[in-house]
Amino acid sequence: MVESVVITGSTTVAPVVADAAKRFEENNPGIRIDVQTGGSSRGISDAKSGLADLGMVSRHLNTGEEDLSATCIAIDGVGLIVHRQNELKGLTREQVIQLYKKEITNWSGVGGTTGPVTVTNKADGRGTLEVFLAYTGLDSADIKADVIVGGNQQAIKTVAGNPGAIGYVSIGAALSEIENGTPIRLLESDGIPAVPAMVAQGKFPITRPLLLVSGGQNSPLVAEFLSYLQSEETRDIIESHLYVPVAK
Amino acid sequence: MSRLRSDRVLSFVLNAAALLCGALVLGIVLFLSIEAAPTIFSGKISAFFTDEKWQPGSERDPQFGIFSMLLASVLITLLAAILAVPVGICGAIFRVFYAPESLAKWQDRFLELLAGIPSVIFGFWGLSVIVPFINRYHPPGQSLLAAGIVLALMILPTIALTTKSALTAISPSLMAGAAALGLSRPAQILQVAIPTARKGIAAGCALGLGRAIGETMAVVMVCGNIAQIPHSVFDPVRPVTSTIALEMGYATAEHKSYLYAAGLVLVLMTALFLLVRIRKGASQW
Repeated sequence: MVESVVITGSTTVAPVVADAAKRFEENNPGIRIDVQTGGSSRGISDAKSGLADLGMVSRHLNTGEEDLSATCIAIDGVGLIVHRQNELKGLTREQVIQLYKKEITNWSGVGGTTGPVTVTNKADGRGTLEVFLAYTGLDSADIKADVIVGGNQQAIKTVAGNPGAIGYVSIGAALSEIENGTPIRLLESDGIPAVPAMVAQGKFPITRPLLLVSGGQNSPLVAEFLSYLQSEETRDIIESHLYVPVAK
Repeated sequence: MSRLRSDRVLSFVLNAAALLCGALVLGIVLFLSIEAAPTIFSGKISAFFTDEKWQPGSERDPQFGIFSMLLASVLITLLAAILAVPVGICGAIFRVFYAPESLAKWQDRFLELLAGIPSVIFGFWGLSVIVPFINRYHPPGQSLLAAGIVLALMILPTIALTTKSALTAISPSLMAGAAALGLSRPAQILQVAIPTARKGIAAGCALGLGRAIGETMAVVMVCGNIAQIPHSVFDPVRPVTSTIALEMGYATAEHKSYLYAAGLVLVLMTALFLLVRIRKGASQW
């Protein structure tokens, strides 16, 4: 008899959970952990309906979702990215708002080299967009974007192909792309460099929790896997994905 | 006796297959209608045509105007057709009437390969090559033009290969007769071959356009996805399919219902296009 755990949801959280699940399965023969992606909303709805034992969510829970019990396994920062040729050091929250509302449309307006700004925004409903809106205090109707993208990859590709573009993505995703030579740069936000260490210290202003949520009482196996994810044994996995483990 | 029975079996299988095709289409339309029902029956669907913008995620002022997206779907398809149809037809004429056999074989292979490339690859290629190129002259680069170019490449093989088949299917005696009458090569092609093959060519174009209006993965990467009425080919646009692809997985409740309704509108539009073609086909094509 094989015992199994089904986990669905956020594409941001899934790689970490999948790696941890693999190690967990090796240590506990006879147990299967099935990880499927489909976005934070699916993680929430599957956990609520009981289709999944755990749902993966890469944002804070909204009103109407508080009945779920949530476990934070890591923290991720959302960083502003520009093309590598853009020499700007960083942006304040005020400047970000002005750029995204198109009150400033030239890089010279925020202390950069002259050139038009291409504002890249995420599509409605994305976890990263909600994090960005929470940081800027904007309504999604206030944002006047030039390009709207879906996932992190498309955002990074878009900025890498346009020297005047600005976008925002998960810091982890941006850092691993930079390591691979993609011509983008992470900007400082409010004077804080976009690096995992700053996120860990709680200094970086745009962050989100990576959550596992469940609707009801967890089975012993699910509870064991949850505490495994928060333990020292999976710390290296979380760090290898450039997310910040939660200090226990 | 046994022959009669095998006839009956065959006829049953064929009927069932035909019925299944029809039922699938109806099933999909029915499914879309059921999912879209909350917006249709509450009358909220009028927002599609009265709201000015598409901003479903706004908490202050959610709007569900679909006009700019329908327009974008049509414009992208038209642009792709303008780019791909002449090239496809001329390429096929060259292939059938002018190319030496060795070259013709390679042209077929390459077109078949082009037709087999997954659309997501076209999208990535467009985003890495076409978009940065346009960006150098007219930022942001993601635009009606970029989407038109990528789509044109995707439908080109369909148009070229169908046209080639239609042209090669012309009876050799017809062409020989034209030659015997002393018609020049261009006259043989323009006056005899093309008019004879026009049904096949039109079918190829229609297939290509059908693919263009429904194409999603490639377009979503290069069109910019801004729901607006474009003032030039360099402006970003957002077709209906992109909206569904970008938002469906993340939408909830009302927003989701609007997306299904948008899908329904798109299906009806395609159906209308086919209906016009069938009508025309009956009288003229």
